[in-house]
Amino acid sequence: MSLDTGTEPGPVVLSPRAVRRARRSASLQRFWVSFRRQRAGVAGLVVLGVFVVLAVAAPLIFSSDELEVTKATGEVLAPPGSAFLLGTDESGRSVLALVVWGARVSLLVGISATVISMAIGTLVGIASGHFGGWLGGALERLTDWFLVIPFLPLAIALATVLGSSLLNVIVVIGVTSWPGTARLVRAQTLAVEARPYLERARVLGGGHWHQMSRHVLPNVMPLVLANTTLTVAIAILSETTLSFLGLGDPFRVSWGSMLDNAFSAGAISSGAWWYLLPPGLCVVVVVLAFTLVGRALENVLDPGGR
Amino acid sequence: MTVPLLRLENLEVTYRTTEGDVPAVRGVTLDVEAGTSLGIAGESGSGKSTLAATVLRLTPRTARVSGRVLLDGEDVLAMSFGRLRVVRWSEASIVFQGALHSLNPLHRVGRQVAEPLLLHDRTVTRRGAERTVDQLLTDVGLPTRLAASYPHQLSGGQKQRVMIAMALACRPSLVVADEPTTALDVMVQAQVLDLLTALVRERGLGLVVISHDLSVLASTCDRVAVMYAGRVVEQGRSADVLSRARHPYTRALSAAFPTIGDPAARFAPSGLPGDPPWPGDLPPGCPFHPRCPDAVDVCRTEDVRLRPAGPGQEAACVHAGTEVQA
Amino acid sequence: MTFAATDSAVAAESAHERSGGARSGGLWGYALRRSASGIGTVGFVLVFNFFLFRMLPGDPISLYTKGRNMDQEQLRELRRSLDKPILQQFLGYLSNPFSSGVDSTQFSRPVWEVIGDRVWPTVVLLATATVLSAVIGIAIGIRGGWSRGSSFDRASTGISLTLYAMPEFWLGMVLLILLSTGVGFLPGIFPSGGVITPGVDRWSLDGIGDQAWHLALPALTLTLAYLAEYALVMRSSLVDELRQDYLTTARAKGMREKLVRRRHAVPNALLPTITLVFLNIGFVVSGAITVETVFSWPGLGLLSYQAIRGPDVPLLQAIFLLFSLSVVVANLVADIVVAAVDPRVRT
Repeated sequence: MSLDTGTEPGPVVLSPRAVRRARRSASLQRFWVSFRRQRAGVAGLVVLGVFVVLAVAAPLIFSSDELEVTKATGEVLAPPGSAFLLGTDESGRSVLALVVWGARVSLLVGISATVISMAIGTLVGIASGHFGGWLGGALERLTDWFLVIPFLPLAIALATVLGSSLLNVIVVIGVTSWPGTARLVRAQTLAVEARPYLERARVLGGGHWHQMSRHVLPNVMPLVLANTTLTVAIAILSETTLSFLGLGDPFRVSWGSMLDNAFSAGAISSGAWWYLLPPGLCVVVVVLAFTLVGRALENVLDPGGR
Repeated sequence: MTVPLLRLENLEVTYRTTEGDVPAVRGVTLDVEAGTSLGIAGESGSGKSTLAATVLRLTPRTARVSGRVLLDGEDVLAMSFGRLRVVRWSEASIVFQGALHSLNPLHRVGRQVAEPLLLHDRTVTRRGAERTVDQLLTDVGLPTRLAASYPHQLSGGQKQRVMIAMALACRPSLVVADEPTTALDVMVQAQVLDLLTALVRERGLGLVVISHDLSVLASTCDRVAVMYAGRVVEQGRSADVLSRARHPYTRALSAAFPTIGDPAARFAPSGLPGDPPWPGDLPPGCPFHPRCPDAVDVCRTEDVRLRPAGPGQEAACVHAGTEVQA
Repeated sequence: MTFAATDSAVAAESAHERSGGARSGGLWGYALRRSASGIGTVGFVLVFNFFLFRMLPGDPISLYTKGRNMDQEQLRELRRSLDKPILQQFLGYLSNPFSSGVDSTQFSRPVWEVIGDRVWPTVVLLATATVLSAVIGIAIGIRGGWSRGSSFDRASTGISLTLYAMPEFWLGMVLLILLSTGVGFLPGIFPSGGVITPGVDRWSLDGIGDQAWHLALPALTLTLAYLAEYALVMRSSLVDELRQDYLTTARAKGMREKLVRRRHAVPNALLPTITLVFLNIGFVVSGAITVETVFSWPGLGLLSYQAIRGPDVPLLQAIFLLFSLSVVVANLVADIVVAAVDPRVRT
């Protein structure tokens, strides 16, 4: 929106919203330019892209029939060959098909659980940092207590109690991992709240909700974002562990459940390395990719000269 | 003429950074005689702290240093590591800024003051070291029981005194004080400065004080050198430099600090426009010309070196040596 | 010549300053205060543990009887105990949190006995792995942090990140298949599981050697899994510490670079890492569960796995409580260790 006053360009008048948008897109561009320089982070992003594409396109690459035990066509525990690029499992199914389909569950659980964990953690963190007095103290105490409870025993207990289904696994992981985020967010909130412009906002009459959403949240978000990728990494590891222990959804294939099956079917003693290596390697690669992206984000958003 | 206690000769320090070479010090020659004190004034980025670091060869590995740093005739920059470690602290020491983390937060203060004693003299016993530490603390006006304290338990002024006590531990001939009064209250500043002056007098030390506060230097030091953009732009007896500055920058610096009790000072605008230049991006000609109220055409094209501007005084200005209407 | 007498301002300052060093009084006081708040956490854990296994969807009876047969008398007894008011149940629970009287559903022995049998192998495994991983991890982190940017640093960071991304039980399975079953040219010399070859006397010299041989792979697995985090944290902690000004002071005093590292940089950088070793016990425990399963190591981890399979609720409840309490104690110890070493925390 500009005032056209003849040949000479006059002052451009923009609405506040347009100014905000322009500022935001400029900072996003700057962010992208810095991020591009983090080679490890970019590599991680590419790898993740590949896996996401594979996961989404799984039904197009391998029909879901390949997952059916009753429709398996291969030999039992056959090593990689021309027909089955990664060999077969103990029911004769193609390991490659299982791995590709397994990506769906692992990524889905990892991301959904993180969304839950982030939502709870950020809410509790900002609230406990923003509100002083008994509410903030109580929330902080609650966060510390939950941090004390070791993850796997709690996850096992919850999974036993709730039953094994995909949704429950997501809930269990989300519910057990929010304290870490909450603590981080709380520390960041306290740092932000100490800044003078928050005081100004309060004096100008900004209520709690306004302060938290308009001022604290945008300043806390960058660090939360970096933390999110690392949380997804841990969530995927957790899902793999829970599935390995038999607490995952029994009707779905995930990398963890593949490892559980391999273990139970004696893949170790029969030397069926093609069954053991791929699912684990996928976990390692995906988790590593998320970690690298997370570290790159941290470097860009908070360069400490590492 | 006797050999000066400290002589910096054509000193140049350039930092190698990812964005290219940054010249922090661009050819400085200074002398300090034993028993006298020299103040080095300048804003941040003038190179004064880098200068202090070169006295004991403490510049980071990314810095390229050329020229000579003669400590009692010996070139610090050319010494072997072994000789350097002996010279450090026992011939010259540095009083770091106490407000920063110049003290290890996990060690007691007494231990840190005693550390150079034990490093330089193998024969010193623990009791002997403790006694020396107590004496040092008393010399700087601190109660000896503070030796058992940790740095975070001390106030800013106390920490600064500890730094001074620590600097005197090995009886050096030269003490370099890097911003000894920054971040201290005015009252405490005065005490610290008095302490330094008295110590220099008593022990016949050479003292170099680095500060951005010209008035502090003028009251403490015999001579003052003003730095700008990596070079000395004026030097001379402190009274002369303060009251009859020959370089426009020095004049602006001393004017920036109002004279208490002088009504005229309250109304006179004294700030300098602009900012000091980024060392990696210096303007052509005299580096001060963009901010100089007395700049003429030649200042924009030709750099100026120090030239005589009065008895014992030099200034790097084309107008030096001529009377300028202030 | 002294100044103390003539300098009234300094005297005033000294009068205002806090009392000198934080001697033992400070540390004990801190330990006491910290333990008091630790009790609060223990209380929370007890309450949480109690309600977790009772707030279940569906019939609580079925949870206790899942997968095992009980006669009518036992069922009636169970129903009676579960019908009592919640508060009474809770008090009963508090008097006997480890359910020492209750039988495990799987083993038909008192829960506490079953746990007691399995504690020692877990302790041996975890202690070995923790010590080895801490020592090696910290050493790697120090070397990497000090020589930041060098090829050693980059290689060790890369390897640490990769190990950190690995599910520890998968690493165990890979080691088993490579070194126990043997693939290609690799010899299958390590045992495939268990703690001792059947028939060998546990206390004989051969027996001890045999047990050590069985310990090798599981301990190696956990060591590799844990050391990655220690190496990464130690490295970044040291890199942060290297930027501090007091190191310049130390060098200016004429200290050799190696001594600067040993006496100033590393001890200060070690602090957060040591804390991490203790705080990590939550993950250590989780690792034990899966790795013991893979190696059939007869410890609490394998017991947990078997309890899940049941599900053996009384056993699970007791194990959960035991693990949670260990973490509380470990956190307490971590805080006290930090206070003992860092004077800033005590005052």
